[in-house]
Amino acid sequence: MFRYIVKRLLQLIPALFGLSILLFFWLRLLPGGPENTLLPDDASAQQREALRESLGLNEPIIVQYGLFLERLGNFDFGNSLQTGRPVMDEFTTRFPATAELAIAAMLIAVCVGIPLGYFAARKRGSFLDSSAVAGSLLGICIPVFFLAAMLKVVFAEKLGWLPSAFRLDAGARFTEITGFRVLDSVLTGEFDVTASALGHLILPGLALSSIPLAVITRMTRASVLEVLGQDYVRTAESKGLQPTVVRTRHVLRNAMLPVITAIGLLTGSLLAGAVLTESVFAFGGIGSFIYESTQQRDYPAILGFLMLIAIIYVVVNLLVDLSYTLFDPRVRVR
Amino acid sequence: MALLTVDNLSVTFTGNNQRPVRAVDGVSFGMDEGEVLGLVGESGCGKSVTSLALMGLLPTRGVEVGGRVHFDGTDVLSLPSRRLRDMRGSQLAMIFQDPLSSLNPVVPIGRQVTETLRRHKGMRGRAARDRAAELLDRVGIPDPARRLTEYPHQLSGGMRQRALIAMAVACAPRLLIADEPTTALDVTIQAQILDLLGELARSEGTSLLMITHDLGVVAGLCDNINVLYAGRVIEVSSRKQLFASPHHPYTAGLLGSVPRLDAPRGEALTPIRGSINDTIDWDDGCAFAPRCDHYTMECLTGTPELVRAGEGHQHRCVNPVNLDPGSAHADRPDPVAEGGNVR
Ligand SMILES: Nc1ncnc2c1ncn2[C@@H]1O[C@H](COP(=O)(O)OP(=O)(O)OP(=O)(O)O)[C@@H](O)[C@H]1O
Ligand code: SF4
Ligand SMILES: [Mg+2]
Repeated sequence: MFRYIVKRLLQLIPALFGLSILLFFWLRLLPGGPENTLLPDDASAQQREALRESLGLNEPIIVQYGLFLERLGNFDFGNSLQTGRPVMDEFTTRFPATAELAIAAMLIAVCVGIPLGYFAARKRGSFLDSSAVAGSLLGICIPVFFLAAMLKVVFAEKLGWLPSAFRLDAGARFTEITGFRVLDSVLTGEFDVTASALGHLILPGLALSSIPLAVITRMTRASVLEVLGQDYVRTAESKGLQPTVVRTRHVLRNAMLPVITAIGLLTGSLLAGAVLTESVFAFGGIGSFIYESTQQRDYPAILGFLMLIAIIYVVVNLLVDLSYTLFDPRVRVR
Repeated sequence: MALLTVDNLSVTFTGNNQRPVRAVDGVSFGMDEGEVLGLVGESGCGKSVTSLALMGLLPTRGVEVGGRVHFDGTDVLSLPSRRLRDMRGSQLAMIFQDPLSSLNPVVPIGRQVTETLRRHKGMRGRAARDRAAELLDRVGIPDPARRLTEYPHQLSGGMRQRALIAMAVACAPRLLIADEPTTALDVTIQAQILDLLGELARSEGTSLLMITHDLGVVAGLCDNINVLYAGRVIEVSSRKQLFASPHHPYTAGLLGSVPRLDAPRGEALTPIRGSINDTIDWDDGCAFAPRCDHYTMECLTGTPELVRAGEGHQHRCVNPVNLDPGSAHADRPDPVAEGGNVR
């Protein structure tokens, strides 16, 4: 088990190496540079040239990459060109917002998608089933950005039911421990903050959950349909077991296996969707920062953030794979 | 009194946009307490569907079931599903063909045994586990305490079938249905499993309905044998008589007791030509006619009746064999050309 984890983490190194090369050279191919965005429009050519020089952008690209790797050896991603703060610090202050949003979206997707998919399969061909199938198709097709904007216009701006931006009500006082506001406020007992934080999570969480919800619903439905036709379900019925036991122990337990794998793979699309959702709701996570960094050609920030996201993606998938071994005894971890 | 009476059982699959398939077409037989009965027939003749009907395990949608099944005086087919569940696993139990796919891959063997004990005997915890270990030991699984915690994929094919048998006999059922329990196993294991089933049935006084396509399997095990063809019983006999003098040409063919004179030399004996698909509707005559070497025009005038020919021996044939040697007719019209409705 331990060796398996170490092996998986070691596999991460060449992947990250490759990713860094790709990103590094791709970023330099983008038109424009930080000298155009960081300086005022009326800055002189000399000023621009001086900035490029001071940022080391005039060195041969191989040399730049070498310097980048050297710093990376000390877990240093350099400083953000926009803020001047270390990229790592920018990441750790922003990451909890994104993680909170992603977890909220995944919770919605799991808590709604699994029961929905299950009952759709049980009542195959019913109105519920066709609605679930049609709805999940819609969920996959609708762009997250559009959905987020629609939700915001209707439920926040027109109806005024829910807040339209930020993570807390303006002027709310709170104690920061981990940066996860829901968790922090529960730990400190500031339950009004918890309520406010949850309220601010609903709309962006819903928008971001559309794709995972659709995928989990379809996956669960297909998987339950398949399991219902398996011989071991018939065996369970031949023993006269109560329907609840057959459904949970024999049907659901097996039907959940492919869904667990899907949940791991969905983390990637969740992080991508977060970029768009956060910018609609001014949520202030890593998503909006990456967006701004790209606009500003903030090379160190983009590179650092994307590599950190890649690491998180791999770690989340590793955790999902490890939890999978708890559910499926046939998968042996060596 | 008979423990099980199956009277004119028919099962028709009525799929959405396909024409109905009559998988079982008027099967009748009876079983006494403690009897070991063999139900023999080729692949696709309706054996599994019959056994599922007896257990009340057929899907409720898209299936029409006709006739009557009485188990210990209770009409199984019209039983409310709650009562049926009470009966399944405790009075009536079943063993399936493929032990690997019939076991839940993600639930330990022990739990799959104890869940039956818990359901019908109210046993839990330690008591249930101890009883489960006893049962595994009883069916010949070595080191039962350790096996309880293992998963199906960790057991060999024979051990899996033993585990399934342990689950089926956990509550000492009165009738055990075994649907081709050895087909998925290799030959030496087959013999062991058959011995185990026979020994369990005899020592516990359990009635055993042994379903198979292989007469060899039932040869050593069964008191009586019913032969099934195209969804109907075509011969009923004690094992002894059946092997000594099969009356129906199909049974005779199965036993290889009617060598074909025109078979090329050196070729392996193929007892029955054609396949189960070469058949006509029972309403039009004998469904076996297209493959039969003995048919006459009479075979095509409606369903042949099941007739008695000796003590406990019945057959559904107008020209039975092995009664008197001169009965086989020489003129054999082609039943298909004669207007038989080929399915
Ligand atoms: N769910 C179903 N829908 C439609 N037809 C079915 C269904 N199940 C079985 N049948 C048909 O019923 C007939 C009998 O099937 P059954 O499984 O009882 O055969 P069998 O005698 O058990 O054969 P085998 O030795 O292959 O197990 C087959 O011709 C099959 O096509
Ligand atoms: S009834 Fe006729 S066709 Fe059918 S088995 Fe007997 S002889 Fe053959
Ligand atoms: Mg079968």
